[in-house]
Amino acid sequence: MSALELRDVHKSFGSTKIIQGVSLSIAPGERHAIIGPNGAGKSTLFNLVSGRFPLTQGSIHLNGEDITGLRPFEINRKGLSRSFQVTNIFHNLTVFENLRCAVLWAHGYKYSFWHRLAKLGGVNRRAEEVLQKIGLRSRAGVPAGTLSYAEQRALEIGVTIAGGATVILLDEPTAGMSRTETAHAVELIRQVSQDKTLVMVEHDMGVVFDLADRISVLVYGEVIATGTPAEIRGNAAVQEAYLGTSLAQAAHA
Amino acid sequence: MGKTIWIVTALVMLAAPWAFPGGFALTLLTQMGTLIIFALSYNMLLGQGGMLSFGHAVYSGLGAYITVHALNAIGKSWGWVTPLPLLPLVGGFAGLAFGVIFGYVTTKKAGTTFAMISLGIGELVYACVLMFPGFFGGEAGISTNRTVGQPLFGITFGPSIQVYYLVAAWCFACMVAMYALTQTPLGRMANAVRDNPERAEFVGYDTQKVRFLQLVLSAFFAGISGALSCINFEIVSAENVSAIRSGGVLLAAFIGGIPFFFGPVIGAIVFIFFVAALSGFTKAWLLYLGLFFCIMVLYAPGGIASLFLMQIGLARAGRLRRMALPYALAAAAALVALAGLIGLVESVYRLSDVTSDPQMVLFGLELNAKDPAVWIGSGLLLACGLLAIRFASRTVVARWDAVQQELKGASA
Repeated sequence: MSALELRDVHKSFGSTKIIQGVSLSIAPGERHAIIGPNGAGKSTLFNLVSGRFPLTQGSIHLNGEDITGLRPFEINRKGLSRSFQVTNIFHNLTVFENLRCAVLWAHGYKYSFWHRLAKLGGVNRRAEEVLQKIGLRSRAGVPAGTLSYAEQRALEIGVTIAGGATVILLDEPTAGMSRTETAHAVELIRQVSQDKTLVMVEHDMGVVFDLADRISVLVYGEVIATGTPAEIRGNAAVQEAYLGTSLAQAAHA
Repeated sequence: MGKTIWIVTALVMLAAPWAFPGGFALTLLTQMGTLIIFALSYNMLLGQGGMLSFGHAVYSGLGAYITVHALNAIGKSWGWVTPLPLLPLVGGFAGLAFGVIFGYVTTKKAGTTFAMISLGIGELVYACVLMFPGFFGGEAGISTNRTVGQPLFGITFGPSIQVYYLVAAWCFACMVAMYALTQTPLGRMANAVRDNPERAEFVGYDTQKVRFLQLVLSAFFAGISGALSCINFEIVSAENVSAIRSGGVLLAAFIGGIPFFFGPVIGAIVFIFFVAALSGFTKAWLLYLGLFFCIMVLYAPGGIASLFLMQIGLARAGRLRRMALPYALAAAAALVALAGLIGLVESVYRLSDVTSDPQMVLFGLELNAKDPAVWIGSGLLLACGLLAIRFASRTVVARWDAVQQELKGASA
């Protein structure tokens, strides 16, 4: 059974067709990258999967269960979590509180107004653990809005994984980062995606070929190829339709 | 926020009637206690949940109406000890029930939509109150008598000191309860939904439900404050649910400081000072309150609490004394401007109202509002004061920055 399966997914905004019949099957534990030129519909695809936008046609299945048309929080509760291309965190809350918020539902505290946060051992331990993982321990008490860009990106990933989702979508996790920061982020992603299913949109080909088990190439709302990094590298259609020589160069770099 | 601050708060509330003796002071203190609960409950929406409500008086007011009917029903049939101390619970649960009904509609959307719907519901309820005089008593309202029932241990709740302690006890309990709520999963998620509703949905929370529950709990405390005001004034009228009340609590919470839990407490105290104390001295009190509110919104959006905390931070670092001179300058400048402003405002009020005597006593001086010298003098004072404020505020900012730099250097 696939961890995540898209069946003939379509999305139109008015008469503009953004996604035109995407079918994808991602196995449990797989690290899957979605690449493609700007405007290919990569982020839209994420928004469809995570419930941010409704589908025009088709269906999406999470661990065999149909999640088409569910709302974001319902999909999240079923074990799918996502990050955003533009950092999307709780700016006035501290770094620690950001992570704690991301853990609460998964630990079953829901809308409780009779538990004291300070006494929720399991929740606090998990938040501490993620804090450690993303390397922001020394910043725990700082409002998230005052973090540096790279730190905010790390927190974004932390908030995404903290709830313990089994399927994780990362939307351009290394966008806007320097080389060292990117290397750091790749290491972090590798670590947090262990034993999880990872789907990511990424522009940095170095990152893609480094991390991904399989790659799908999205062009004009259609998947023109899916395969291992080696297969994608050797695929003529991909070379032609997409980055051409620069893909080969990036892969060799 | 340790236990100490709660103990100090309790002691202050216990000692307040002795520190400020006299019937008038007691009236003010009782009103402050009621408004503190109301303002804190309002801040559960605005400060903690990011919901700007223009109709919060609906919950306190309807809570008060239900309480007044409960009290009157008791008065007819009750022969046992007075249940008055528990009556605020009736108001609280009434507020909660109306919170469930109206909150279901208002919390469907956040932001501007929430604000508009809350305003609409406020007007709707106000209109209903006037439309059904059988239950609501029309403009005159419904009066009651809080001393029904047999006294318990000689406490009749007739004397206002007994009412003060009843209000103080409820006020303290509500403060503790509302603070405790900020430390729960729902309280924290209300903050999260305020900061970023979209992200809250993607960590598993239905933002609508978070807003709804937060509003229902807030309405409960609003209802308690309504019940206490019913007990205190022994009358409930349409004014209790009016937009004026809703606006007033917004002002109080904001002036005190909505980013901080204790902000609205300060705001409530200051607000009562304006409404009850200043209104005894001048007809222009509402204008002064409005000006004060505007100045706070523009220059101290974190309210009085934020100004306090800034000084505490500086005092802890031992640098507060460095600010003494600039602060003294600014205060002097502000006083000059204020004197000029008061001169002008009071003169205008005297002249605009034909029934009032143009002869007035300001700052111990016998002045006549028709005397051009008063106008010129006041105008000059105001102009000089404003200029001086410009100068003084620059000094304050410069010194403040310098001190902050020093502190940064010291910690680096």
